[in-house]
Amino acid sequence: MRHVISILMENEAGALSRVAGLFSARGYNIESLTVAPTDDATLSRLTLVTRGSEEIVEQIVKQLNKLIDVVKVMDLAQYSHIEREMMLVKVGVDKSAACEAVKRLSDIFRGNIVDVSDKTYTIELTGERSKLDAFVNALKEYRIIEVVRSGSMGIARGEASLHV
Amino acid sequence: MELTGAEIFVECLKEEGVDTIFGYPGGAVLFLYDELYKQQDNINHILVRHEQGAVHAAEGYAKATNKPGVALVTSGPGATNAVTGIADAYMDSVPLVVFTGQVPRHLIGNDAFQEVDIVGITRPCVKHNFLVTDVNELAMTIKKAFYIASTGRPGPVLVDIPKDITTARCEFHYPAEITMRSYNPTVKGNKRQVRRAIDLMLESKRPILYTGGGVVLSGAAHQLTELTKELGFPITNTLMGLGGYPSMDKQFVGMLGMHGTYEANNAMHHSDLVIAIGSRFDDRVTGNIEKFCPYAKIIHVDIDPASISKNVKVDVPIVGDVKSVILDMLEELRARTERPDAAALADWWKQIAEWQGMDCLKYNQDMNAAIKAQFVVEKLWEATNGDAYITSDVGQHQMWAAQYYKFSQPNRWINSGGLGTMGFGLPAAMGVQMAFPEETVACITGDGSIQMCIQELATCLQYHMPIKVISLNNGYLGMVRQWQEFFYQKRYAMSYMEALPDFVKLAEAYGHVGMRIDKPGDVEGALKEALAMKDRLVFMDFITERENNVFPMIPAGAGQNEMILV
Repeated sequence: MRHVISILMENEAGALSRVAGLFSARGYNIESLTVAPTDDATLSRLTLVTRGSEEIVEQIVKQLNKLIDVVKVMDLAQYSHIEREMMLVKVGVDKSAACEAVKRLSDIFRGNIVDVSDKTYTIELTGERSKLDAFVNALKEYRIIEVVRSGSMGIARGEASLHV
Repeated sequence: MELTGAEIFVECLKEEGVDTIFGYPGGAVLFLYDELYKQQDNINHILVRHEQGAVHAAEGYAKATNKPGVALVTSGPGATNAVTGIADAYMDSVPLVVFTGQVPRHLIGNDAFQEVDIVGITRPCVKHNFLVTDVNELAMTIKKAFYIASTGRPGPVLVDIPKDITTARCEFHYPAEITMRSYNPTVKGNKRQVRRAIDLMLESKRPILYTGGGVVLSGAAHQLTELTKELGFPITNTLMGLGGYPSMDKQFVGMLGMHGTYEANNAMHHSDLVIAIGSRFDDRVTGNIEKFCPYAKIIHVDIDPASISKNVKVDVPIVGDVKSVILDMLEELRARTERPDAAALADWWKQIAEWQGMDCLKYNQDMNAAIKAQFVVEKLWEATNGDAYITSDVGQHQMWAAQYYKFSQPNRWINSGGLGTMGFGLPAAMGVQMAFPEETVACITGDGSIQMCIQELATCLQYHMPIKVISLNNGYLGMVRQWQEFFYQKRYAMSYMEALPDFVKLAEAYGHVGMRIDKPGDVEGALKEALAMKDRLVFMDFITERENNVFPMIPAGAGQNEMILV
């Protein structure tokens, strides 16, 4: 099963490689990983998406907790939660027909065109993973030049939270 | 007052109560060594002959004392040579602080002379590591290193110190206390879980205690004995747990696992309750995991939550320090009016006695034939009254040492269990001897293993370490040969040593006493003679039966009840 794991860790050099190294050393899979400092500059928040049986994910959470730099770990699969991913897509729009169609698709998916050139549109889109997949799929008949995805971020709904 | 980084380094060691460190100098650590030179009266530095030896010696010191061992090596090759020892300490949960020199900060990342990213290299095999980037953080980093190494599940911590940090100056304050928001090991076990565990113990018909190195690390041998006596259950120890319970006691059924006893493994297989304390269900213990303990409920006490339900699903997990949890168990047990099921236990012991009747460790020493390695270990046990510190290397001799030296106290059996590092024994013995200069320290080794760190014989001479090296020489890499005999149709691929040195002459060349013993009748006398030489290292080269095998044995893929006896 797919799990979104949120990790709060010390914002120290090497902390990220401890997490990444743990996954490669123990043969766990990383589907996506995203990391940035939080409102507290001494802490980084890392969101990691992985797949595995309940036993494997339990072991992943324990091993993460065991890392000295890791302050807290939350398996969002155990909570009602919101998951978001951001994507930037550059699409070729040489023909004027494509211009219109891509613009229309972007509107339907509530994307923003953030950059325009003679030959390209760059669209920003945020949403759940499946929405992003669907958008890429819908663009298939046009010329997709580049896709950049941030990887998933997640946060629990309501009172549940991950903080120090 | 402002101190240099080098001065701070030594002050921190003093604050931590470190009296002995093991190391090897080099360019990046010259200022540290200069300071150690000035403070020789405070800190005893043992100069090894290879950095691997420094770390194993620090491990030996730590395993014998339960205090963190300390090693100091230079950057680059000094640091990489230390990696095997660090990985060894990680696998066996040895509290260790390893200091490595690093090139000056402005050169880091430049492929400078003797530069290596040792923090990156060791990341997967340390409990934690640090690169010191500011002299103001040096003291706090060292404080954290000792704290992390010696609390929770112990382990090695590496501190990498760039050369220019050792000359930079700052005010020195050593923090008396430390708290880390990201590191708070659980010491106290959950009361409710302890009650559930006791419930299961009182209901059980065929229980067994399966205890490991955690008992030794936690200093809980005495409490474990009390609990075992109170329960009247059989007890088995892992390789790392030997000495955690007195081997001569009648409730002890021997070591378990691949080369454990027939009774211990069968009792595990047929039990209805396994009480695992400070042990981790290692693959050398469980055999085929699919066949492991099919009838048993499992209680698991461990300070490391990640050890619980890692290999085997556990019914009652208890996270906490072994000693603290055992004390809680004793209290809970004594508060109950019920007692363990005496009738069921009597039947269980009867069954165990039947297994014991197989006499699985029996061997026959023909006094006119070659020496059996088992015989040497047994005679060593007799000659030392079972009271020596025994280190070992890795292979057949290690298993024979574990099987035939009946340990009665914790911290006396010092071997490389998890990583299985050949070359561990001699430097580890040095660490033990430095911790206990007056005690008998013997290193049981083989002709293969001893050559992996034999250069340390020079260190032993320099610091007058009267270690007794018990070499069980069979001219083979015995454990490899045994597997090749059983599973590779006797194709002895590269397991034969064709050019063994004359160990007697070698020992003499290093300034020690060498003895060669090749007749069974001479074993006892030679051991007594060597042990009587209190101030000399004696290298005893026992020429033993060449194709002797370690039995009993659980072959790969088999269950604990499927042992080969001979």
